[in-house]
Amino acid sequence: MDALNAALGLVVGGDARLLGIIALSLRVSLSAVLLASLFALPFGALMAVRRFPGRRSLTVIINGFMGLPAVVVGLLVYLLLSRAGPLGPLGLLFTPTAMVIAQAMLVTPLLVALTRQIIADAWREYEELLHSLGASAFQATATLLWDARYSLFTVLLAGFGRAIAEVGAVMIVGGNIDGVTRVMTTAIALETTKGDLPLAMALGVILVALVLIINAFTFVTSSWAQRRFG
Amino acid sequence: MNPIRRASLLFILGCTLLGSLPIQAAESFITVASTTSTEQSGLFGYLLPLFERPSGIQVRVVALGTGQALDMARRGDADVVFVHDAAAEEKFVAEGYGVKRQEVMYNDFILVGPQDDPAKVAGGKDITEALKKIEASKSPFVSRGDKSGTHAAELRLWKAAGIDLEKSKSSWYRDTGSGMGPALNTAASLNAYILADRGTWLSFKNRQHLAIVVAGDKRLFNQYGVILVNPARHAHVKQAAGQQFIDWLLSETGQKAIAEYKIGGEQLFFPNARR
Repeated sequence: MDALNAALGLVVGGDARLLGIIALSLRVSLSAVLLASLFALPFGALMAVRRFPGRRSLTVIINGFMGLPAVVVGLLVYLLLSRAGPLGPLGLLFTPTAMVIAQAMLVTPLLVALTRQIIADAWREYEELLHSLGASAFQATATLLWDARYSLFTVLLAGFGRAIAEVGAVMIVGGNIDGVTRVMTTAIALETTKGDLPLAMALGVILVALVLIINAFTFVTSSWAQRRFG
Repeated sequence: MNPIRRASLLFILGCTLLGSLPIQAAESFITVASTTSTEQSGLFGYLLPLFERPSGIQVRVVALGTGQALDMARRGDADVVFVHDAAAEEKFVAEGYGVKRQEVMYNDFILVGPQDDPAKVAGGKDITEALKKIEASKSPFVSRGDKSGTHAAELRLWKAAGIDLEKSKSSWYRDTGSGMGPALNTAASLNAYILADRGTWLSFKNRQHLAIVVAGDKRLFNQYGVILVNPARHAHVKQAAGQQFIDWLLSETGQKAIAEYKIGGEQLFFPNARR
Protein backbone atom coordinates (compact mmCIF):
# COMPACT_ATOMS: atom_id res chain seq x y z
CA MET A 1 0.00 0.00 0.00
CA ASP A 2 2.84 2.34 0.90
CA ALA A 3 4.48 1.52 -2.41
CA LEU A 4 1.25 2.35 -4.26
CA ASN A 5 0.95 5.67 -2.45
CA ALA A 6 4.59 6.51 -3.07
CA ALA A 7 4.23 5.56 -6.75
CA LEU A 8 1.17 7.77 -7.07
CA GLY A 9 3.02 10.62 -5.36
CA LEU A 10 5.94 10.27 -7.78
CA VAL A 11 3.68 10.27 -10.85
CA VAL A 12 1.46 13.13 -9.70
CA GLY A 13 4.52 15.11 -8.65
CA GLY A 14 5.68 14.83 -12.27
CA ASP A 15 9.35 14.70 -11.28
CA ALA A 16 11.25 15.63 -14.45
CA ARG A 17 14.01 13.08 -13.83
CA LEU A 18 11.50 10.29 -13.33
CA LEU A 19 9.69 11.26 -16.54
CA GLY A 20 13.02 11.22 -18.36
CA ILE A 21 13.75 7.72 -17.06
CA ILE A 22 10.29 6.49 -18.09
CA ALA A 23 10.65 8.05 -21.54
CA LEU A 24 14.05 6.45 -22.06
CA SER A 25 12.76 3.03 -20.98
CA LEU A 26 9.94 3.25 -23.52
CA ARG A 27 12.18 4.62 -26.27
CA VAL A 28 14.81 1.91 -25.84
CA SER A 29 12.46 -1.05 -25.51
CA LEU A 30 10.02 0.00 -28.25
CA SER A 31 12.89 0.68 -30.65
CA ALA A 32 14.48 -2.65 -29.79
CA VAL A 33 11.28 -4.57 -30.46
CA LEU A 34 10.58 -2.75 -33.74
CA LEU A 35 14.17 -3.20 -34.89
CA ALA A 36 14.08 -6.89 -34.00
CA SER A 37 10.68 -7.39 -35.64
CA LEU A 38 11.93 -6.03 -38.99
CA PHE A 39 14.14 -9.09 -39.14
CA ALA A 40 12.32 -11.56 -36.91
CA LEU A 41 8.83 -11.51 -38.45
CA PRO A 42 9.89 -12.22 -42.06
CA PHE A 43 12.54 -14.66 -40.91
CA GLY A 44 10.15 -16.56 -38.63
CA ALA A 45 7.57 -16.73 -41.42
CA LEU A 46 10.14 -17.96 -43.94
CA MET A 47 11.21 -20.66 -41.51
CA ALA A 48 7.61 -21.84 -41.38
CA VAL A 49 7.07 -21.80 -45.14
CA ARG A 50 10.39 -22.79 -46.70
CA ARG A 51 11.88 -26.24 -46.36
CA PHE A 52 15.63 -26.31 -46.05
CA PRO A 53 18.22 -28.64 -44.54
CA GLY A 54 18.67 -28.10 -40.81
CA ARG A 55 15.28 -26.48 -40.35
CA ARG A 56 14.37 -28.64 -37.36
CA SER A 57 17.68 -28.04 -35.58
CA LEU A 58 17.39 -24.31 -36.23
CA THR A 59 13.87 -24.33 -34.77
CA VAL A 60 15.09 -26.09 -31.63
CA ILE A 61 18.02 -23.70 -31.26
CA ILE A 62 15.86 -20.60 -31.67
CA ASN A 63 13.22 -21.94 -29.29
CA GLY A 64 15.98 -22.59 -26.79
CA PHE A 65 17.35 -19.07 -27.20
CA MET A 66 14.02 -17.69 -26.01
CA GLY A 67 15.49 -18.32 -22.57
CA LEU A 68 18.71 -16.44 -23.32
CA PRO A 69 19.93 -14.82 -20.09
CA ALA A 70 19.89 -11.03 -20.42
CA VAL A 71 23.21 -10.71 -18.62
CA VAL A 72 24.91 -12.95 -21.20
CA VAL A 73 23.57 -10.83 -24.07
CA GLY A 74 24.74 -7.75 -22.18
CA LEU A 75 28.21 -9.15 -21.77
CA LEU A 76 28.40 -10.12 -25.44
CA VAL A 77 27.33 -6.65 -26.62
CA TYR A 78 29.69 -5.08 -24.08
CA LEU A 79 32.64 -7.03 -25.49
CA LEU A 80 31.60 -6.08 -29.04
CA LEU A 81 31.21 -2.36 -28.30
CA SER A 82 34.03 -1.92 -25.79
CA ARG A 83 36.92 0.19 -27.08
CA ALA A 84 39.04 -2.94 -27.01
CA GLY A 85 36.36 -4.84 -28.98
CA PRO A 86 35.73 -5.11 -32.74
CA LEU A 87 33.13 -2.31 -32.85
CA GLY A 88 34.96 -0.15 -30.28
CA PRO A 89 35.82 2.73 -32.64
CA LEU A 90 32.10 3.52 -33.04
CA GLY A 91 32.09 4.72 -29.43
CA LEU A 92 28.62 3.30 -28.81
CA LEU A 93 29.23 1.81 -25.37
CA PHE A 94 27.18 3.46 -22.58
CA THR A 95 24.69 5.03 -25.02
CA PRO A 96 20.96 4.32 -25.51
CA THR A 97 21.86 2.86 -28.92
CA ALA A 98 23.93 0.16 -27.22
CA MET A 99 20.93 -0.63 -25.05
CA VAL A 100 18.66 -0.89 -28.11
CA ILE A 101 21.13 -3.29 -29.76
CA ALA A 102 21.32 -5.50 -26.66
CA GLN A 103 17.57 -5.65 -26.15
CA ALA A 104 16.96 -6.27 -29.87
CA MET A 105 19.34 -9.25 -29.71
CA LEU A 106 17.60 -10.45 -26.57
CA VAL A 107 14.07 -10.42 -28.03
CA THR A 108 14.88 -11.61 -31.58
CA PRO A 109 14.79 -15.35 -30.76
CA LEU A 110 11.49 -14.89 -28.92
CA LEU A 111 9.93 -13.03 -31.88
CA VAL A 112 11.26 -15.53 -34.44
CA ALA A 113 10.08 -18.56 -32.47
CA LEU A 114 6.56 -17.25 -31.82
CA THR A 115 6.16 -15.94 -35.39
CA ARG A 116 7.32 -19.26 -36.83
CA GLN A 117 4.76 -21.12 -34.73
CA ILE A 118 1.87 -18.84 -35.71
CA ILE A 119 2.75 -18.84 -39.40
CA ALA A 120 3.33 -22.61 -39.42
CA ASP A 121 -0.22 -23.11 -38.13
CA ALA A 122 -1.63 -20.73 -40.75
CA TRP A 123 0.49 -22.41 -43.45
CA ARG A 124 -1.04 -25.82 -42.70
CA GLU A 125 -4.45 -24.27 -43.31
CA TYR A 126 -3.64 -22.29 -46.48
CA GLU A 127 -0.80 -24.26 -48.11
CA GLU A 128 -2.94 -25.88 -50.80
CA LEU A 129 -4.85 -22.72 -51.54
CA LEU A 130 -1.69 -20.64 -51.92
CA HIS A 131 -0.07 -23.35 -54.07
CA SER A 132 -3.12 -23.53 -56.31
CA LEU A 133 -2.94 -19.76 -56.76
CA GLY A 134 0.69 -20.17 -57.81
CA ALA A 135 2.05 -17.96 -55.01
CA SER A 136 5.81 -17.84 -54.58
CA ALA A 137 7.32 -18.48 -51.15
CA PHE A 138 7.82 -14.74 -50.79
CA GLN A 139 4.21 -13.96 -51.69
CA ALA A 140 2.94 -16.74 -49.44
CA THR A 141 4.99 -15.40 -46.52
CA ALA A 142 3.72 -11.87 -47.02
CA THR A 143 0.12 -13.07 -47.28
CA LEU A 144 0.38 -15.21 -44.17
CA LEU A 145 2.07 -12.44 -42.17
CA TRP A 146 -0.67 -10.02 -43.16
CA ASP A 147 -3.34 -12.56 -42.39
CA ALA A 148 -1.92 -13.27 -38.92
CA ARG A 149 -1.30 -9.60 -38.12
CA TYR A 150 -3.49 -9.51 -35.05
CA SER A 151 -1.80 -12.56 -33.52
CA LEU A 152 1.56 -10.98 -34.32
CA PHE A 153 0.62 -7.98 -32.19
CA THR A 154 0.67 -10.32 -29.21
CA VAL A 155 4.09 -11.55 -30.31
CA LEU A 156 5.39 -7.98 -30.36
CA LEU A 157 3.91 -7.39 -26.91
CA ALA A 158 5.66 -10.48 -25.58
CA GLY A 159 8.93 -9.13 -26.98
CA PHE A 160 8.28 -5.70 -25.50
CA GLY A 161 7.49 -7.25 -22.12
CA ARG A 162 10.78 -9.14 -22.13
CA ALA A 163 12.72 -6.06 -23.21
CA ILE A 164 11.35 -3.52 -20.78
CA ALA A 165 11.55 -5.91 -17.82
CA GLU A 166 15.19 -6.94 -18.21
CA VAL A 167 17.95 -5.33 -16.21
CA GLY A 168 21.01 -7.52 -16.85
CA ALA A 169 21.79 -6.33 -20.37
CA VAL A 170 21.05 -2.61 -20.08
CA MET A 171 22.99 -2.39 -16.82
CA ILE A 172 26.15 -3.69 -18.48
CA VAL A 173 26.00 -1.92 -21.85
CA GLY A 174 24.31 1.26 -20.60
CA GLY A 175 26.23 1.66 -17.36
CA ASN A 176 23.19 3.14 -15.55
CA ILE A 177 24.51 6.68 -16.11
CA ASP A 178 22.31 9.29 -14.48
CA GLY A 179 20.40 11.26 -17.13
CA VAL A 180 21.94 9.35 -20.04
CA THR A 181 21.31 5.62 -19.80
CA ARG A 182 19.31 5.16 -16.61
CA VAL A 183 16.06 3.28 -17.27
CA MET A 184 13.34 2.04 -14.95
CA THR A 185 14.87 -1.35 -14.19
CA THR A 186 18.38 -0.02 -13.53
CA ALA A 187 16.91 2.77 -11.38
CA ILE A 188 15.07 0.12 -9.35
CA ALA A 189 18.29 -1.86 -8.97
CA LEU A 190 20.13 1.30 -7.85
CA GLU A 191 17.54 2.25 -5.22
CA THR A 192 17.62 -1.33 -3.94
CA THR A 193 21.39 -1.15 -3.53
CA LYS A 194 20.98 2.12 -1.64
CA GLY A 195 18.63 0.29 0.71
CA ASP A 196 15.75 2.61 -0.22
CA LEU A 197 13.35 -0.28 -0.64
CA PRO A 198 10.12 1.79 -0.54
CA LEU A 199 11.32 4.00 -3.43
CA ALA A 200 12.51 0.93 -5.35
CA MET A 201 9.11 -0.70 -4.88
CA ALA A 202 7.31 2.50 -5.94
CA LEU A 203 9.35 2.57 -9.16
CA GLY A 204 8.47 -1.11 -9.65
CA VAL A 205 4.77 -0.31 -9.33
CA ILE A 206 5.13 2.44 -11.95
CA LEU A 207 6.92 0.07 -14.35
CA VAL A 208 4.22 -2.59 -14.01
CA ALA A 209 1.49 0.02 -14.49
CA LEU A 210 3.27 1.27 -17.63
CA VAL A 211 3.43 -2.22 -19.13
CA LEU A 212 -0.25 -2.77 -18.32
CA ILE A 213 -1.24 0.52 -19.97
CA ILE A 214 0.67 -0.34 -23.15
CA ASN A 215 -0.92 -3.80 -23.27
CA ALA A 216 -4.38 -2.35 -22.73
CA PHE A 217 -3.78 0.27 -25.44
CA THR A 218 -2.62 -2.37 -27.92
CA PHE A 219 -5.55 -4.61 -27.06
CA VAL A 220 -8.09 -1.82 -27.59
CA THR A 221 -6.55 -0.55 -30.85
CA SER A 222 -6.14 -4.01 -32.28
CA SER A 223 -9.72 -5.06 -31.51
CA TRP A 224 -10.95 -1.74 -32.90
CA ALA A 225 -8.93 -2.28 -36.08
CA GLN A 226 -10.16 -5.86 -36.32
CA ARG A 227 -13.78 -4.67 -36.21
CA ARG A 228 -13.17 -1.73 -38.50
CA PHE A 229 -10.98 -3.36 -41.15
CA GLY A 230 -11.67 -7.05 -40.56
CA MET B 1 -3.66 -1.57 -46.86
CA ASN B 2 -4.49 1.87 -48.15
CA PRO B 3 -1.66 4.31 -48.86
CA ILE B 4 -2.46 6.64 -45.95
CA ARG B 5 -2.30 3.85 -43.40
CA ARG B 6 0.85 2.49 -44.98
CA ALA B 7 2.47 5.90 -44.84
CA SER B 8 1.48 6.51 -41.24
CA LEU B 9 2.79 3.11 -40.16
CA LEU B 10 6.10 3.82 -41.87
CA PHE B 11 6.23 7.21 -40.23
CA ILE B 12 5.69 5.79 -36.74
CA LEU B 13 8.31 3.16 -37.40
CA GLY B 14 10.78 5.77 -38.61
CA CYS B 15 10.19 8.01 -35.60
CA THR B 16 10.75 5.22 -33.17
CA LEU B 17 13.97 4.19 -34.85
CA LEU B 18 15.19 7.77 -34.94
CA GLY B 19 14.24 8.05 -31.29
CA SER B 20 16.77 5.43 -30.48
CA LEU B 21 19.69 7.43 -31.83
CA PRO B 22 21.70 8.98 -29.04
CA ILE B 23 20.75 12.55 -28.40
CA GLN B 24 23.81 14.18 -26.92
CA ALA B 25 22.50 16.75 -24.50
CA ALA B 26 25.98 18.09 -23.90
CA GLU B 27 28.37 18.77 -26.75
CA SER B 28 31.23 17.41 -24.76
CA PHE B 29 31.28 14.79 -22.08
CA ILE B 30 33.72 12.53 -20.32
CA THR B 31 33.16 9.05 -18.96
CA VAL B 32 34.36 8.46 -15.41
CA ALA B 33 34.73 4.94 -14.03
CA SER B 34 34.14 5.22 -10.34
CA THR B 35 33.07 3.26 -7.33
CA THR B 36 29.67 2.49 -5.94
CA SER B 37 30.60 4.33 -2.73
CA THR B 38 31.02 7.72 -4.41
CA GLU B 39 27.86 7.32 -6.50
CA GLN B 40 25.60 5.76 -3.90
CA SER B 41 26.61 8.15 -1.13
CA GLY B 42 25.17 10.92 -3.28
CA LEU B 43 28.52 12.74 -3.57
CA PHE B 44 28.47 12.85 -7.38
CA GLY B 45 24.86 14.02 -7.47
CA TYR B 46 25.99 17.03 -5.43
CA LEU B 47 29.48 17.57 -6.80
CA LEU B 48 29.20 17.08 -10.56
CA PRO B 49 26.73 19.89 -11.36
CA LEU B 50 29.17 22.30 -9.71
CA PHE B 51 31.77 21.31 -12.32
CA GLU B 52 29.43 20.73 -15.26
CA ARG B 53 27.66 24.09 -15.23
CA PRO B 54 30.67 26.40 -15.49
CA SER B 55 32.76 24.07 -17.70
CA GLY B 56 30.03 22.84 -20.07
CA ILE B 57 31.51 19.35 -19.80
CA GLN B 58 29.07 16.62 -18.88
CA VAL B 59 30.50 13.96 -16.55
CA ARG B 60 29.04 10.51 -17.14
CA VAL B 61 29.71 8.25 -14.19
CA VAL B 62 29.66 4.47 -14.42
CA ALA B 63 29.70 3.19 -10.84
CA LEU B 64 31.40 -0.17 -10.28
CA GLY B 65 33.71 -1.78 -7.74
CA THR B 66 37.27 -0.43 -7.86
CA GLY B 67 38.63 -3.60 -9.52
CA GLN B 68 35.95 -3.51 -12.21
CA ALA B 69 36.33 0.24 -12.71
CA LEU B 70 40.06 -0.17 -13.35
CA ASP B 71 39.37 -3.06 -15.75
CA MET B 72 36.87 -0.90 -17.63
CA ALA B 73 39.53 1.80 -17.97
CA ARG B 74 42.12 -0.78 -19.09
CA ARG B 75 39.78 -1.64 -21.97
CA GLY B 76 39.65 2.05 -22.85
CA ASP B 77 36.02 2.54 -21.91
CA ALA B 78 36.64 5.46 -19.55
CA ASP B 79 38.54 8.75 -19.65
CA VAL B 80 39.09 9.11 -15.93
CA VAL B 81 39.08 6.67 -13.00
CA PHE B 82 38.13 7.82 -9.51
CA VAL B 83 38.56 4.92 -7.08
CA HIS B 84 39.91 3.86 -3.68
CA ASP B 85 42.52 1.12 -3.69
CA ALA B 86 45.98 2.71 -3.67
CA ALA B 87 47.85 -0.54 -4.41
CA ALA B 88 45.65 -1.40 -7.41
CA GLU B 89 45.78 2.21 -8.65
CA GLU B 90 49.58 2.31 -8.54
CA LYS B 91 49.71 -0.98 -10.43
CA PHE B 92 47.35 0.50 -13.03
CA VAL B 93 49.67 3.49 -13.53
CA ALA B 94 52.81 1.32 -13.49
CA GLU B 95 51.34 -0.84 -16.27
CA GLY B 96 51.02 2.29 -18.37
CA TYR B 97 47.23 2.49 -18.41
CA GLY B 98 47.09 5.64 -16.35
CA VAL B 99 49.03 8.90 -16.60
CA LYS B 100 49.41 9.72 -12.91
CA ARG B 101 47.62 8.94 -9.66
CA GLN B 102 46.60 11.91 -7.56
CA GLU B 103 44.98 11.82 -4.14
CA VAL B 104 41.67 13.64 -3.84
CA MET B 105 39.97 12.90 -0.55
CA TYR B 106 39.56 10.29 2.15
CA ASN B 107 37.01 8.90 4.50
CA ASP B 108 37.17 5.78 6.58
CA PHE B 109 35.94 2.24 6.72
CA ILE B 110 33.81 1.18 9.64
CA LEU B 111 32.91 -2.19 11.08
CA VAL B 112 29.14 -2.46 11.15
CA GLY B 113 27.41 -5.18 13.14
CA PRO B 114 24.29 -6.30 14.94
CA GLN B 115 23.25 -4.22 17.94
CA ASP B 116 23.16 -7.31 20.21
CA ASP B 117 26.84 -7.81 19.27
CA PRO B 118 27.40 -11.60 19.58
CA ALA B 119 31.19 -11.25 19.16
CA LYS B 120 31.42 -8.53 21.85
CA VAL B 121 33.42 -6.07 19.77
CA ALA B 122 31.32 -2.90 20.07
CA GLY B 123 33.05 0.26 21.18
CA GLY B 124 36.55 -1.07 20.46
CA LYS B 125 39.08 0.91 18.45
CA ASP B 126 41.29 -1.98 17.34
CA ILE B 127 39.95 -3.45 14.11
CA THR B 128 42.21 -6.52 14.11
CA GLU B 129 41.15 -7.43 17.67
CA ALA B 130 37.53 -7.17 16.54
CA LEU B 131 38.11 -9.41 13.53
CA LYS B 132 39.86 -11.98 15.73
CA LYS B 133 36.84 -12.07 18.06
CA ILE B 134 34.44 -12.43 15.12
CA GLU B 135 36.46 -15.33 13.76
CA ALA B 136 36.82 -16.98 17.17
CA SER B 137 33.08 -16.78 17.88
CA LYS B 138 32.15 -17.72 14.30
CA SER B 139 29.77 -14.76 14.20
CA PRO B 140 28.22 -14.19 10.78
CA PHE B 141 30.31 -11.87 8.59
CA VAL B 142 29.35 -10.62 5.13
CA SER B 143 32.12 -9.93 2.62
CA ARG B 144 31.82 -7.91 -0.59
CA GLY B 145 33.86 -10.54 -2.41
CA ASP B 146 33.88 -8.45 -5.60
CA LYS B 147 37.47 -7.17 -5.87
CA SER B 148 36.34 -3.70 -4.90
CA GLY B 149 38.43 -1.28 -2.88
CA THR B 150 36.48 -2.19 0.24
CA HIS B 151 36.99 -5.90 -0.42
CA ALA B 152 40.74 -5.35 -0.85
CA ALA B 153 40.83 -3.40 2.42
CA GLU B 154 38.91 -6.17 4.21
CA LEU B 155 41.36 -8.83 3.00
CA ARG B 156 44.31 -6.70 4.15
CA LEU B 157 42.74 -6.36 7.60
CA TRP B 158 42.14 -10.13 7.98
CA LYS B 159 45.77 -10.64 7.07
CA ALA B 160 46.88 -8.00 9.59
CA ALA B 161 44.83 -9.84 12.22
CA GLY B 162 46.85 -12.95 11.46
CA ILE B 163 43.85 -14.91 10.21
CA ASP B 164 44.17 -17.16 7.20
CA LEU B 165 40.70 -16.81 5.69
CA GLU B 166 41.16 -19.69 3.27
CA LYS B 167 41.58 -22.02 6.25
CA SER B 168 39.11 -20.61 8.73
CA LYS B 169 36.22 -19.49 6.59
CA SER B 170 33.16 -21.66 6.80
CA SER B 171 29.44 -20.92 6.89
CA TRP B 172 29.98 -17.88 9.17
CA TYR B 173 31.82 -16.03 6.37
CA ARG B 174 29.43 -15.10 3.53
CA ASP B 175 31.15 -14.14 0.32
CA THR B 176 28.39 -12.26 -1.56
CA GLY B 177 30.16 -10.97 -4.66
CA SER B 178 28.10 -7.79 -4.65
CA GLY B 179 28.33 -4.03 -4.31
CA MET B 180 28.36 -2.15 -1.01
CA GLY B 181 24.60 -1.56 -0.94
CA PRO B 182 23.54 -5.15 -1.75
CA ALA B 183 26.12 -6.49 0.73
CA LEU B 184 24.70 -4.18 3.42
CA ASN B 185 21.19 -5.40 2.56
CA THR B 186 22.44 -8.98 3.03
CA ALA B 187 24.16 -8.13 6.31
CA ALA B 188 21.00 -6.41 7.55
CA SER B 189 18.86 -9.46 6.87
CA LEU B 190 21.43 -11.93 8.29
CA ASN B 191 22.22 -9.64 11.24
CA ALA B 192 25.89 -10.04 10.36
CA TYR B 193 29.09 -8.03 10.71
CA ILE B 194 30.40 -6.23 7.63
CA LEU B 195 33.18 -3.84 6.72
CA ALA B 196 31.67 -0.79 4.98
CA ASP B 197 32.78 2.64 3.87
CA ARG B 198 31.30 5.41 5.96
CA GLY B 199 29.84 7.30 2.98
CA THR B 200 27.66 4.42 1.81
CA TRP B 201 26.68 3.59 5.40
CA LEU B 202 25.53 7.16 6.10
CA SER B 203 23.31 7.22 3.03
CA PHE B 204 22.09 3.61 3.48
CA LYS B 205 18.45 3.42 4.50
CA ASN B 206 17.72 -0.25 5.20
CA ARG B 207 19.83 -0.62 8.39
CA GLN B 208 17.38 -2.69 10.44
CA HIS B 209 19.36 -3.82 13.56
CA LEU B 210 22.81 -2.84 12.33
CA ALA B 211 24.98 -0.15 13.88
CA ILE B 212 28.62 0.97 13.76
CA VAL B 213 30.60 -1.21 16.19
CA VAL B 214 34.24 -0.32 15.47
CA ALA B 215 35.59 2.92 13.98
CA GLY B 216 38.56 5.21 14.35
CA ASP B 217 41.43 2.73 13.89
CA LYS B 218 43.97 4.40 11.62
CA ARG B 219 44.19 1.20 9.57
CA LEU B 220 40.60 1.96 8.51
CA PHE B 221 41.77 4.97 6.52
CA ASN B 222 40.24 5.02 3.03
CA GLN B 223 42.03 7.13 0.41
CA TYR B 224 40.44 8.04 -2.92
CA GLY B 225 42.59 8.72 -5.95
CA VAL B 226 41.94 10.04 -9.45
CA ILE B 227 43.79 9.01 -12.61
CA LEU B 228 43.60 10.16 -16.23
CA VAL B 229 43.56 7.16 -18.56
CA ASN B 230 46.71 7.22 -20.66
CA PRO B 231 46.02 8.68 -24.14
CA ALA B 232 49.21 6.99 -25.34
CA ARG B 233 47.47 3.67 -24.65
CA HIS B 234 43.98 4.65 -25.83
CA ALA B 235 44.06 7.41 -28.42
CA HIS B 236 40.37 8.31 -28.10
CA VAL B 237 40.71 9.33 -24.43
CA LYS B 238 39.42 12.88 -23.95
CA GLN B 239 42.63 14.17 -22.48
CA ALA B 240 41.85 17.89 -22.23
CA ALA B 241 38.36 17.53 -20.75
CA GLY B 242 39.45 14.69 -18.45
CA GLN B 243 42.41 16.71 -17.18
CA GLN B 244 40.14 19.71 -16.68
CA PHE B 245 37.90 17.60 -14.43
CA ILE B 246 40.87 16.29 -12.45
CA ASP B 247 42.32 19.79 -12.06
CA TRP B 248 38.96 21.02 -10.80
CA LEU B 249 38.70 18.19 -8.24
CA LEU B 250 42.14 19.10 -6.91
CA SER B 251 41.53 22.86 -7.04
CA GLU B 252 40.48 24.91 -4.04
CA THR B 253 36.92 25.14 -5.40
CA GLY B 254 36.62 21.40 -5.93
CA GLN B 255 38.16 20.51 -2.60
CA LYS B 256 35.85 22.94 -0.80
CA ALA B 257 32.82 21.47 -2.56
CA ILE B 258 33.80 17.95 -1.44
CA ALA B 259 34.10 19.13 2.17
CA GLU B 260 30.69 20.79 1.99
CA TYR B 261 28.82 17.60 1.10
CA LYS B 262 26.99 16.39 4.20
CA ILE B 263 24.26 13.93 5.07
CA GLY B 264 22.33 14.68 8.24
CA GLY B 265 24.93 17.27 9.21
CA GLU B 266 27.77 14.75 8.95
CA GLN B 267 30.65 15.28 6.52
CA LEU B 268 31.23 12.22 4.30
CA PHE B 269 34.51 12.90 2.55
CA PHE B 270 37.57 14.87 3.63
CA PRO B 271 39.55 16.59 0.85
CA ASN B 272 43.32 16.03 1.05
CA ALA B 273 44.75 16.84 -2.36
CA ARG B 274 48.39 17.83 -2.34
CA ARG B 275 48.80 21.02 -4.27
